[in-house]
Amino acid sequence: MQWSAPLQSRTRWAVAIAAIALVAVYIFPIWQISLDAPQYPEGLGMEIWVHTVTGENPNDLQNINGLNHYIGMKEIDPDTIPELVYMPWIIAGLMVLGLGVALINRRWALALWATLFLLFAIAGMVDFYIWAYDYGHDLNPEAAIKVPGMSYMPPILGTKQMLNITAGSWPAIGGIIMMLSCAAACGLTAFELFWADTPDQNASDTDTAPSSAPASTDASIDVHPSASSASSSSTSVA
Amino acid sequence: MSFQSIKRTALGAALLLIAGSFAFACQSTSSTDASNSDAAEKVYVAPGEHDEFYAFMSGGYSGQLGIYGLPSGRHLKTVPVFSQFGENGYGYSEDTRPLLQTSFGFVPWGDAHHPKVSQTDGVPDGRWLFINENNTPRIARVDLTTFETTEVLEIPNSAGNHASAFVTPNSEYVSAATRFSIPMDEENLQNQDVSIDSYKENFNGTISFIRADKPGEMEVSFQILVPGYDYDLSHAGKGPSDGWSFFTSYNSEEANTMLEKNASRNDKDFIAAVNWRKAEEYANNGECRMVPGEHAHNHVNHDTGLAESEMRDEVCVLNPADNPGMVYFLPTPKSPHGVDVDPTGQYIIAGGKLSTIIPVFAFDKMIDAIERESFAKDIDGIPVLNYNELLHGEVENPGLGPLHTEFDGKGYAYTTAFISSEIVKWDIEKTEVVDRIDTYYSPGHLMIPGGDSQEPFGQYLVALNKITKDRYLPTGPELWHSAQLIDISGDKMKLLLDFPTSGEPHYAQAIPADMIKDKQRKIYDIKTENGNPYKVLNEDETGIERRGNEVHVYMSAIRSHFVPDNIEGIKLGDEVYFHVTNLEQDWDIPHGFAVQGANTAEVLVMPGQTRTLKWTPTKTGVFPFYCTDFCSALHQEMQGYVRVSPEGSDVPLASNAGQERPGSQLLSK
Repeated sequence: MQWSAPLQSRTRWAVAIAAIALVAVYIFPIWQISLDAPQYPEGLGMEIWVHTVTGENPNDLQNINGLNHYIGMKEIDPDTIPELVYMPWIIAGLMVLGLGVALINRRWALALWATLFLLFAIAGMVDFYIWAYDYGHDLNPEAAIKVPGMSYMPPILGTKQMLNITAGSWPAIGGIIMMLSCAAACGLTAFELFWADTPDQNASDTDTAPSSAPASTDASIDVHPSASSASSSSTSVA
Repeated sequence: MSFQSIKRTALGAALLLIAGSFAFACQSTSSTDASNSDAAEKVYVAPGEHDEFYAFMSGGYSGQLGIYGLPSGRHLKTVPVFSQFGENGYGYSEDTRPLLQTSFGFVPWGDAHHPKVSQTDGVPDGRWLFINENNTPRIARVDLTTFETTEVLEIPNSAGNHASAFVTPNSEYVSAATRFSIPMDEENLQNQDVSIDSYKENFNGTISFIRADKPGEMEVSFQILVPGYDYDLSHAGKGPSDGWSFFTSYNSEEANTMLEKNASRNDKDFIAAVNWRKAEEYANNGECRMVPGEHAHNHVNHDTGLAESEMRDEVCVLNPADNPGMVYFLPTPKSPHGVDVDPTGQYIIAGGKLSTIIPVFAFDKMIDAIERESFAKDIDGIPVLNYNELLHGEVENPGLGPLHTEFDGKGYAYTTAFISSEIVKWDIEKTEVVDRIDTYYSPGHLMIPGGDSQEPFGQYLVALNKITKDRYLPTGPELWHSAQLIDISGDKMKLLLDFPTSGEPHYAQAIPADMIKDKQRKIYDIKTENGNPYKVLNEDETGIERRGNEVHVYMSAIRSHFVPDNIEGIKLGDEVYFHVTNLEQDWDIPHGFAVQGANTAEVLVMPGQTRTLKWTPTKTGVFPFYCTDFCSALHQEMQGYVRVSPEGSDVPLASNAGQERPGSQLLSK
C-alpha cells in the first residue's frame, strides 16, 4: 500500500467532480421534513438548506411552528441554529480540499479527504439527531396539549406517526448529491488503496496534466491491468 | 261602467290568466316526466370534486351576490355588495363602511339586479363582476380573485337603476339607465319639488355610461338625457353592432299613476339604440354640458385595504336634441322588457311582456334605415325608425309573456315566457320555435354560461324562476326562489335539477371554473400585501393607545389567542377601535372578533388582513370578547376581557397579554 503513490488519472477526475458536485448543496435543500395531516390537503413541509430552514411553501414554517406551539415545542427559527452559520464554510472547505486532492494527486491526500468528509457526514447526522431529539423532548411544561409519555421527535430517516400527523424525513437533492459525493470519496479511496495498481513512479511524476489523458487509454488500464501497459500508456500521454 | 267595475273586471281577467297558467303548468307535470333518467348522473359532483362552472347570481333584494356551482347547484358563497352583512362585518367594520356611502348618506341596504362579468373581445374574461343597485342607483365591482366588493359608484340624475350593469365588449363601459323618470329642472337637471301630475312636462330619464376598465377609477363618463319613460333593460352590441347599446323602455304613455293599466295602452314602446362611440366622441370633444350631480365614489384603496369614499359634484350630460346621431328609437311591441343581442351581433331581440310575438330586429337594417333617414317621427330630438323596416322576422307562438333571451352559439335562442311558465327554443335565422320546456314557475331571466356574449359556452341553461310554491320543503310563507338547470346540449331541452336561490336572482352569469379557479387568493401576505396603517406584524407590535376619547387597540390574532387579551382603563364615553390583525398565513384560517354589546357586528379577518371594529361601550363592567370562527382545537379558549370604568375614573389604560408571550409586558401610555 503506497500512501504516497499518485492517483489514477481517472480517480483524479472523479475526485474533482465529486468536490465540484458539492456546489449543489448551495443550490438545493439538503433535507426535507414533510407533515401530512387531513386538514392540510395541499401538504405542509420544511426544507433544511446549508444556511437556513424554510417552508416547502412560503408560509409552511410559520404554520408548522403554529402547530408545534400547542405541544410546547420550541419555535424552529433558523437564526437560532448556529450550524447554519458555519455549515456553508465547512462544505466550502470540503470542496477546496477535494480540488486540492486532485492537484496534490496522492493517495494519502485522498484518504485524508475521504476521512474528513465521512466524519463530517456522521457528525452532521448526529447533530441532526440531537436537534430533533431536543425539539421533540424539550417541551414547554405549560403546553396546551400534553399526552403522557408522548414525545414529538421527528424521524431521522423515514416516516413516523405523531398524533394526527405523519412526519416524513428524507434527504433532498442537495443532501443526496452530498451523500453521493461522500460515497465517491470513500469508494475512490478504497479503490486506490486496495484495487488499483501502483503506477510507475517516474511516469506518474511526469503525469501533471490529467486533462490530457484520453479516456480510451485509461479504459485499457482496467482491461489489461499489467504494470507495463499502464506505465506505457501513461508515458505516452506524458 | 263605473271605475270600480272596470277595475273588478280587469282583476278578474288577470286572475283567470294567472290561474290558467298554473293549470297549464300542473297539467304538464303529470303528462311529461319533467326530468330524464340520467339527470342525477349529469349533476352529480362527487365529494372532493369541483363543479364545471361558477355561477354568479344576483341576490336581488338581499343586495348581495350569490355564488353557485354548476351543475350541482351548490351555494358556495354569498358576496356582500350593497347590504350590510353580519356574517363577516361587511358594511359594519370601519374599513368597509365607506363602500355603502351615498349622496343620501350611509345606505345599509340595496336591491341588486344584474350581474355581469367583465369581457375582453366580447367574451367573459373573469377579471371582475359588475352589478347594479336599483333603489339608490349604484354600480359595484366585485374582484373575482377575492370575491370581495372593491368599488361602488353612485349614479347621479337617476332613479331606479334597473337597465344596468351591462358591459361593452371590452369592458370599456358599464351602462345604466333610469327606470323611474324623475323631475329635472331645465338648467341643472336637479330633482324638483313639483306636482307629480306634471310628469309629462317635467320628468326625464338618463342613460349613463360608466368607464369601468380601470379598477378603483370608475366614473360616469357621460349621461344622455332621454324622455321620461321607464328604461328597463339593456345589452351592448357586439361584432358588427359593437359601439351600440340597446335599452328597452316602457311607459311611453308617460303615466304617473296606476302604470299597470296606464302604461299598457300603447301598441308599441321603444328600444333606444345608443351609438355610444358617437356619444363618447361628443363627450371627449367637450360638446357636453357639465351639470351638478352629487354622487359618491367608493373604493377599496389598493395599498391600505381600507375603503374610501369621495363625493363627486358634477357630470357631463349630452342631449340628443343638441348632439344628433347618438340615439334612435326602435318601435317595439307591448312594453318590452329584455333586450338581447345574439352572438353574431346582428340580431336584436326584445321580449314584449304583453306581446304575442318576439320581434327580431336586424342590425344592418337599422343602420340602413338610419342612413336613409327613414324616420317615422322625432321625439325630443330622437328619430323614431319604422318597425317594419327593421324587422328580420317575428317569432310566432313564443309563449305568453316573453321576457328574456339567451343564446347557445349554435344558432338558437332561448326565451323565457313568464305567464305560460316555459322556455322556448327557437331558430334565429328562421324565427321558428323548435322546442319548449315547462319551468316551475314563472321564469324571469334565464342564463346560459356566456349566453349573452360572442362565444357562449352552452351546455347548460338556468331558468331563474320568480315563483317557487311547492318545489321544495315549504319554509313558511317566504320561500327562496327556485332555479332550474336545463341541459341544452341536445336537440331537446332536458330538466336536470332544481335548486333554491337566495333573494331574487334576477339575472345571473356563469363562466368555466378553470377561468378563475387557480387565480383565487388564499391569504394576504402580511408583509407585502397588508398596507393597513393599523396592522401589527407580530405580537411585539401589539398595544393600546389613547387619543382623547378614542382608544385604539392594536391586536393580533393567531391560533388560539388574542394579544392583548386583557384590557383596562376604558371609560364610558370612549370610542374603542379594535384593530385586529390576523397573523395567520395559512389558507382558510380566518379569525373572527366580537365583543359584547357592540352595536355593529363581528369582524371576520382573513389571514394576513387587518379589520377594525368600533365599539362604544354603554355600560360599566367587564365584557368578554372572543373569536367567532372555530379556528382550532382551542378555539373556545380564544377569548379576552375588556374592562369599562365610569367616566372620570383613574384606572390606567393598560393591557396584559398573559404571562409568557412576547408583548406580555404591561402596556400603558
